[in-house]
Amino acid sequence: MKTAFWLAGVAALALAQPAFAGDTIKIGFVSTFSGPTAVIGNDMRNSFELALDHLGRKMGGKPVEVIYEDDGQKPDVGKQKTEKLIQSDKVDFIAGYIWSNVLLASLKTAVDAKTFLISANAGPSQLAGELCSPYVFSTSWQNDQTPQAMGLYMNQKGVKSVFLIGPNYAAGKDMLAGVKSTFKGEVVGEEYTVWPSQLDFSAELTKAKNSKAESIFVFYPGAAGVQFLNQYAQAGIKAQMPLYTAFTVDELSLPLQKDNAIGVPGAQEWVNDLPNAENKRFVEDYRKKYTGLRPTYYGAQAYDAAQLINSAVVAVKGDTDKKDAMKAEMEKANFKSLRGPFKYGNNHIPIQNFYLQDVVKGADGELSLKTVATIVKDDQDRFHDKCPMK
Amino acid sequence: MLVLVEQSLNGLQFGLLLFLLAAGLTLVFGIMDFVNLAHGSLYMMGAYFAATFVAWTGSFVFGIVLALGATLLLGIVLEYVALRHLYGRDHLDQVLATFGLILFFNDAVRLIWGPAGLALPLPAWLTVPVQIMPGVSYPAYRLSIIAVALAVAAMLYVVVMRTRIGMLIRAGASNREMIGALGINIKLLFTLVFGLGAALAGLAGLMQAPILTVQIGMGENILILAFVIIVIGGIGSIRGAFLAAIFVGMIDTLGRAFLPDLLRKVLSSAAASTAAPALSSMLIYLLMAIVLVVRPEGLFPAAKR
Repeated sequence: MKTAFWLAGVAALALAQPAFAGDTIKIGFVSTFSGPTAVIGNDMRNSFELALDHLGRKMGGKPVEVIYEDDGQKPDVGKQKTEKLIQSDKVDFIAGYIWSNVLLASLKTAVDAKTFLISANAGPSQLAGELCSPYVFSTSWQNDQTPQAMGLYMNQKGVKSVFLIGPNYAAGKDMLAGVKSTFKGEVVGEEYTVWPSQLDFSAELTKAKNSKAESIFVFYPGAAGVQFLNQYAQAGIKAQMPLYTAFTVDELSLPLQKDNAIGVPGAQEWVNDLPNAENKRFVEDYRKKYTGLRPTYYGAQAYDAAQLINSAVVAVKGDTDKKDAMKAEMEKANFKSLRGPFKYGNNHIPIQNFYLQDVVKGADGELSLKTVATIVKDDQDRFHDKCPMK
Repeated sequence: MLVLVEQSLNGLQFGLLLFLLAAGLTLVFGIMDFVNLAHGSLYMMGAYFAATFVAWTGSFVFGIVLALGATLLLGIVLEYVALRHLYGRDHLDQVLATFGLILFFNDAVRLIWGPAGLALPLPAWLTVPVQIMPGVSYPAYRLSIIAVALAVAAMLYVVVMRTRIGMLIRAGASNREMIGALGINIKLLFTLVFGLGAALAGLAGLMQAPILTVQIGMGENILILAFVIIVIGGIGSIRGAFLAAIFVGMIDTLGRAFLPDLLRKVLSSAAASTAAPALSSMLIYLLMAIVLVVRPEGLFPAAKR
């Protein structure tokens, strides 16, 4: 009986402990570290770690502990991992999230627990609109913004008609809706493919070819982008139907896409050659620390997430119980983003520039991405009016 | 009309590729009564070997021949080292062991080749579209997949139905003990069958590699389709696998191609474009369910034992 009493007491103490602001800043990081898209998760982790190196691995004078969890690109797994991080690890912040469907599944857990969630990639329209929350910030974009920029570029190029192809999940629909909202020409057809299992796009390419559209727009992140470009090149329609993309060509897919990616324009909020001091340091140190790898926009966003968290922790001098003060600080976006100009709208989605990127062959024969032009300045997502936060 | 021709070619090509994978699976499953979940890993290994050897030798054809040999060898070694100890066990043990092999191969690939995947670029003569009839041009590489798979199907038919080895394979499948008592080395025979199955899986993987990417776990999704095909075709029947594979390839591709337009006539455009991909990927499983109800043995069951 006595033992049981003691045990209960010890258990109660152990449970009560993390309720006080700890001696360390605990950050949970949910991303994909297994399966074919693990390279994206690795790049985010590499960049997040690099940001911590740059911060001396301390925030507001306290050491930082990061717990990385693998969502396996599955919404149910992502939700479980989010619950675990919040409920048993009691993290102060939770960051990461590549996939919109994983983020949407995990969102409520974080918001209900009033734990700050920093999306370093996923930007579903719901997050910018009706599901916006004081506890959620983005260091990426709302999904529609990047394809919207691409639509604007296609208008500039005088493209008259387009055939849209994308994967059938939250982000895929946002992307195609985004390009439709700004593109002034005719949308001849629109095809969605099963995600992530469908890898052969022959049926869709045949339809596009026979639609007599002037161009094709696609959104295929990760390995699917490699596959699409392979098949697009093999179909031999590059000359008749030029391709416009969002999130299809990046530093991870480029070594596999090779020459197939030359001349395929993409829109992006961050490119490795953006001329600001922070970005130069990031790209140089990344390539030094992780030899043979190049940072991607996923990584740049993860780096910004660490900087955003740091700004909040520094503002409250490490007392992470002061949530209102941290929220107020984060809303100021008081850190130097790798992409240059960066501020927050009412819905905690960045207001930022979008650039046109192209693939160029360097003197050493290596392919790399290069900024060609600024498509749109200080772009704000089109869902911010639906967000109840003013 | 021309669209239909082209989409049918897409379906045929996809089906024949599935056949290469399913043929090996049905041989091993039907003849050796062995459930091999690691078949998808052999598919992946074929692709990795091809990407590596093509890069080493600088020749597409030579690299592919080397990769086929390597997968055949890998299959034989795998059978000899691990799998032959499982023949006497029940299917659940086999499933567990070969599932373990999937994990083993995935991590072995991650160690050797890294997590990022590889590219298998095509030589220039295979990247051009070919004019097959007025108004229809088709990628040369996809045509070559169709040709290779048809050749393999014909070869398999001849080997299994017309040669002494094939006769022994069929005999071994219907009564293992008896053929052993007649002085035939059934162990060696099964090793050869497994090696052949592995080489077929490897061939499917390396044929698919230039269209898709060479990456970890590439064999897992497609293995499910291969199982569906051998269930529809009848376990152990190569002819069944051939016809079922073409059937599944056609249904999948034509479903994806025409279902959205059909649905748009009934539903709103947005609802149709969301529902169509989901529905078309369900079609083949629907087909499997119907086949299981109407003909549980499959459409073309292998000869009765």
